[in-house]
Amino acid sequence: MSPTNSEQKTDQYRRKFLGQSAAVAGLAIAPGIVLNQVAHAKSDADKASAANRWGMLIDTTKCAKGCTDCVTACKTENGWGSVDGKASAEKLSNTEQQAQWIRKVTITDKQTGHVQSLPLMCQHCETAPCVDVCPTGASMKREDGIVQVDKHICIGCRYCMMACPYKARSFIHEKLELQKATAPRGIGTVESCNMCAHRVDKDQNPACVEACSKADHNAILFGDLKDANSEISKELKKHGGEQIRADLGLNTGVRYQGL
Amino acid sequence: MMSLRQFAKHLALLVGLIALPVLSNAGELSPSVPKAKANVSETQQCVEPIDVIRKNHMVFLEHKRDETMREGVRTKKHSLVECIDCHVTPNENGEYARIGEDGHFCSSCHNYAAVNVDCFDCHSDLPQNASAHMHTLNNNNPHHKDLAANGSLTKETLDVLTEGDKK
Repeated sequence: MSPTNSEQKTDQYRRKFLGQSAAVAGLAIAPGIVLNQVAHAKSDADKASAANRWGMLIDTTKCAKGCTDCVTACKTENGWGSVDGKASAEKLSNTEQQAQWIRKVTITDKQTGHVQSLPLMCQHCETAPCVDVCPTGASMKREDGIVQVDKHICIGCRYCMMACPYKARSFIHEKLELQKATAPRGIGTVESCNMCAHRVDKDQNPACVEACSKADHNAILFGDLKDANSEISKELKKHGGEQIRADLGLNTGVRYQGL
Repeated sequence: MMSLRQFAKHLALLVGLIALPVLSNAGELSPSVPKAKANVSETQQCVEPIDVIRKNHMVFLEHKRDETMREGVRTKKHSLVECIDCHVTPNENGEYARIGEDGHFCSSCHNYAAVNVDCFDCHSDLPQNASAHMHTLNNNNPHHKDLAANGSLTKETLDVLTEGDKK
């Protein structure tokens, strides 16, 4: 049974309150000594921890129109779509069916004519609708906030694709081969951006973030939203960041500036 | 009456006929499994004793897959990628057998036992970096120790390079 809306709201308030009081308790013990410091170096044996919540902050004013470096990097890293004119691994599916982990979106303000460009991918919601609706538990959220599909138990029903307000997920319709070792993907399962979990587990930035800074745009900031000293938290505290469809109350891990 | 010589001839034929099915089946009684790239250590061939891994590899793999996929544990022991990296080896012509072909490590047994594997619907059946292969589980006997012997890498350099793997 899913909780009613008001129950969920209460839950969120409670969580917020507990979070705040925990933060106060943590700070009050002694000035200058930070308790519960988040260890950034994760060894291979360490589990993803609830002490972190990975997130991204995308500055749309820095995102260059026409640049698709983040999309290309994601394709190369995870082995989907076509890169450099080479045929996609999905040869039989039409373009609307093919995988899409990240896409560039251009929005135009009709009144002012102001054009903005931004990358859109899985927003890694705290209360993810795709996780809610999954009948098998394949659509899941890791302890550290990364939302992904466990393809081992995905039955390909595609409820999550319908539930996602961001159209972030796609379905594999055909048999694939020679996938990347770090990004297994195959027929009959749903997939989406997993914030490059395999890279994050090795203390690396996701591929799109790396590509964006390599292109000298630095429009995507990746980091730990629970660590007050992380660059992303500081930037969010200073200038704020919007959620797309904030009205849904999903508390997304991906935030935008300049929208 | 049969001469002794004739009797010997018939006996040989009879023995031959009895032995024929046994001999011709000898190759098929146990599948020929391609050799792995390297032993895990000087004393151990695989990450588990051979009889254990033969019987229970699927249990190890399933346990490991949940740990990695759902909890982000990225250790190499029992990881399917590591199995493939070590066990899927090229033939004498440098060609890799694909899953389903008898020459592929997994298929060599699975074809014989007629047990279907669906791992490779999503996972690659070939090693990713066949040339740059380094078996990090192999602490005592890093397989590029030969390189050190050739003078390409000194032991000191090797120690530095493999330090992270020796934890």
